Amino acid sequence: MILYYKRAIQDILDNRFLNAVTIITIAISILIVSAFALFFVNVNDIMGYWKKGIRIMAYLKPGIPEEKISDIKEKIQSMNGVQDAGFISKDEALMRLKKQMKRQSSLIEDLKENPLPDAFEIRTTTSSQIKDIIERLATRIESLPQIDEVEYGQRWLGRFTNIFNLLKLTGYAMGGLFFMAVVFIVSNTIRLALYSRREEVAIMRLVGATDRFIKAPFYIEGLIQGALGGIIGLLALFVTFMFISYNVELDLSFGFSTIRFLPPRVFCGIILCSMFVGWLGCYLSLKQFLK
Amino acid sequence: MIENQNKSSIIRMFHVHKDYGAKKALIDITLDISKNEFIFIRGPSGAGKTTLLKLLYLGETVSKGQVLIDGINLSRIPRKRIPFLRRKYGIIFQDYKLIATKTVFDNVALVLEAMGKKRRFIEKKVRSVLRTVGMEERLHSLPPILSGGEQQRIAVARAIVGDPKIILADEPTGNLDEDSADIILDLLKRFHTRGATVVIATHDKELIRKTSKTGGRVVHLKEGCLQKTTTSESGSDDSLL
Repeated sequence: MILYYKRAIQDILDNRFLNAVTIITIAISILIVSAFALFFVNVNDIMGYWKKGIRIMAYLKPGIPEEKISDIKEKIQSMNGVQDAGFISKDEALMRLKKQMKRQSSLIEDLKENPLPDAFEIRTTTSSQIKDIIERLATRIESLPQIDEVEYGQRWLGRFTNIFNLLKLTGYAMGGLFFMAVVFIVSNTIRLALYSRREEVAIMRLVGATDRFIKAPFYIEGLIQGALGGIIGLLALFVTFMFISYNVELDLSFGFSTIRFLPPRVFCGIILCSMFVGWLGCYLSLKQFLK
Repeated sequence: MIENQNKSSIIRMFHVHKDYGAKKALIDITLDISKNEFIFIRGPSGAGKTTLLKLLYLGETVSKGQVLIDGINLSRIPRKRIPFLRRKYGIIFQDYKLIATKTVFDNVALVLEAMGKKRRFIEKKVRSVLRTVGMEERLHSLPPILSGGEQQRIAVARAIVGDPKIILADEPTGNLDEDSADIILDLLKRFHTRGATVVIATHDKELIRKTSKTGGRVVHLKEGCLQKTTTSESGSDDSLL
């Protein structure tokens, strides 16, 4: 095995130009794909933040006695997908409204009767923050006899979910396209390297070298190229990210979520993918070349 | 189908034909080569000498007929076993076939590396073989800076380093001056005395004359056909095949 590594490293040094071309190609592709991944991760964070804000407001019918409130609360809390349910009496709701209206609160003070209903503010669990599940939960709550009306902002939630799914699909499609493009480019550059060394390979075969003996260093080369290309691509992305974060005056916070670099797991995943691409490119070229 | 092996034969060819399209390179060759024999395949350019050698190490496949090497029928050998068959041979090519980007040491060591030998053994063995061919001082040189004679000596070193049973040499002295040719021939004779079978394809009468003491067989090829067999000792017709 050490011999294969030595041969792979020696081969990389002997064919510096071709190897540099391959590594740069991988690095550029990884830069583009990981830039998209960075965007995706951050959009995902923003969406996650929005999703956390999803509340279901269940308004009670007028005249529900106080002793029944805890029963209704228990019923709602026992429902699947409900994290917790807080009771907001109509007096408390009015106080909140007054606070929110500040200067215009005098308008409310003039009211003879509190027009607001008693309500439950229901927070959902993370797993149930999908449009269909929320809708089902809302319908179940609404079916309780004491509940007059349920609100959960379904319109924007629907649009939001659709955009999210579209972005996800775009991400996968772009990732797939780049994956194919990179494999194609890498396999071609490796084929060029192999072509330049066809005599060497032929001599190896004549002296009794097995296909495994010939292939192993190329595979190691492919993995090294993939790893180096991946690291360089991600470093370039990190430098660009830092430059944009610190030197360009953009409001990256969007007021609610901070933009962050790729998490370590994604970072490692991209390098592993890059190594896989190097290996696969090598596999495809060798398969054809050694036929 | 030929299955029974003459016990003293290491190479057997039975009615072998080789065609390249319409061109017939070899026609109905039947030939037995015994273990530890020193044999010349002699003929003019285009007679089919190189093709005959290629059929032995599966550089080419026969169009018709059968070839048995050490009891192995080459028509039936699986692709995966070909490298192991080739390890039975030490092949010396007319154009040396050395890897230009690898040092003399690496070129010779390649055979042992392919066989999966340990590094320490390889170091020792390669140095010893290079000493035998008088090239120990050129260990770290690259082949292109060496003379033709030196490159051929490296090719001989590479051919013998794996202690093969059979040496196949295609015009081993074709591009060399007389002194260099003598050195190469001497190396081949020495390896033959150690028990190897040596098959040399050549058009060089002088080379055959120089080995007259060994009394090796000379097989004459002409236009792809076996013409006759003589001995290097007599230089005259000995028997017809």
